[in-house]
Amino acid sequence: MQPLLIKAILVVIIFVITLLVALYATFAERKVSAIMQDRIGPNRAGPFGLLQPLADGVKMFMKEELIPSLSNKWLFIIGPCIALLTSFMTGVVIPWGGSITIGETTFDLQITDLNIGILYLFGVVSMGVYGIMIGGWASNNKFSLIGAIRASSQMISYEIAMGLAIIALVMTTGTLSLKDIVMQQDAGFANIVYQPVGFLIFLICAFAETNRAPFDMPECETELIGGYHTEYSSLKLGFYLFAEYINMFVSSAVIACFYFGGYNFPFQTELQNWLGFSNNVLSILQVLAMFGKVLFFIFFFMWVRWTIPRFRYDQLMTLGWKILLPLALINIFITGIVMYFSGSIN
Amino acid sequence: MSISQYIFWFLSFVAVLSALIVVFAKNPIYSVLNLIITFFAIAGHYFLLNAQFLAAVHIIVYAGAIMVLFLYVIMMLNLNKETEPHKKQYVKLVAVVAAGLLMLTIIGSLKGAEAMVPAGIVNNNIGTVELIGDKLFGEFLLPFEVSSILLLSAMVGAVYLSKKELH
Repeated sequence: MQPLLIKAILVVIIFVITLLVALYATFAERKVSAIMQDRIGPNRAGPFGLLQPLADGVKMFMKEELIPSLSNKWLFIIGPCIALLTSFMTGVVIPWGGSITIGETTFDLQITDLNIGILYLFGVVSMGVYGIMIGGWASNNKFSLIGAIRASSQMISYEIAMGLAIIALVMTTGTLSLKDIVMQQDAGFANIVYQPVGFLIFLICAFAETNRAPFDMPECETELIGGYHTEYSSLKLGFYLFAEYINMFVSSAVIACFYFGGYNFPFQTELQNWLGFSNNVLSILQVLAMFGKVLFFIFFFMWVRWTIPRFRYDQLMTLGWKILLPLALINIFITGIVMYFSGSIN
Repeated sequence: MSISQYIFWFLSFVAVLSALIVVFAKNPIYSVLNLIITFFAIAGHYFLLNAQFLAAVHIIVYAGAIMVLFLYVIMMLNLNKETEPHKKQYVKLVAVVAAGLLMLTIIGSLKGAEAMVPAGIVNNNIGTVELIGDKLFGEFLLPFEVSSILLLSAMVGAVYLSKKELH
């Protein structure tokens, strides 16, 4: 098969999987919250309520679409589009598994392996804030504007700590490519062992970047009605909500790749030698391992949301600037010292 | 023409068009958004020159951070046509003269530039992270460190100025 065709098929598959995971994440969120609050949760549509996301989707489509008459129409439409587009674009550099051989061609289960993969991720994530800012401003509504301003200042503040946490990781791995980072963890320990503090900072920042509780300041209902999407209805609101779930999915995948070995699972080479299966089978097992890790982190996101109450805005800024930022700097410093004395740099 | 030439002309067209809109747009929000598009077009040019690192950093720093702050300030101030301050007539005249002089200087310095032969690309990996890192932390270590001290002092100055009113 043509390499281009294989890539195109891979893109479509990952696109569909991303949509499906995000769709069922909305269902899982309601089920998880129900379990935590000792309720049953949605159980009417289909067996065990499994068709609930479909019902929600149809509801979103059928709702009347309102564009406020005093809003900026073009920007009002562009806002949710940017939000959804950037969240899809982040999935491109994530390695989902090893390589698969069909006939004589071998291809990687990754759309593209950029040697600046981490920087690409960072660039796309920093674009995501425009979706919220433009949408919030174009609504011509005070609550939307305050939500948009909160979102942008929060995302900029936490991007700094996040970047510094990644710098410590890049120091130990010596590469910016996600594929290389994952492949370095195929034997020995995962990066979490070398970078526990960096992982903690990255995890907290991932919550802030995806605007998830306890950092969901931009859509804080008790203060701002709906935050930046107050004026949005129908599918444009759906875009914003969907973008949040896709962001959550991709951040979970990135956390798994950076700190938990990505698609690698413990004793994989031993298992392969013992049972003697082919590389293709190993790759499929690796994809399953990757999705296991990703689904766990999606559950973790929901677990935290329904456990910890929302921060106050000044507490959020204090945490970002006065705790996480110095902690990340100290982490870089200590990583450097340890690397120097252990002789991994000269 | 090869495909990279088509991309070059397309990116140049987008860059110049959006830069013109930055200047001529009445609404400052449109100016900022078009400036972001300009930055993307220029990042595309960096990619064509094999400078991936520069392109990524350009997007992250300019389009991702600085322009967000611009947008932030403009949204906060809620600038529109009515509240736009009108400059005095002689200030406009001075601006026109200064811009004309600048254009003369640029034309003068570009005169004869077409005779220059662009140096061929010495190294194909010229823009990769490894090469830039080697150069920055090897040959250009001192200027690199000095510029970081410059940025630090600017940061301290900004914090001091913003805290001054609180005391």
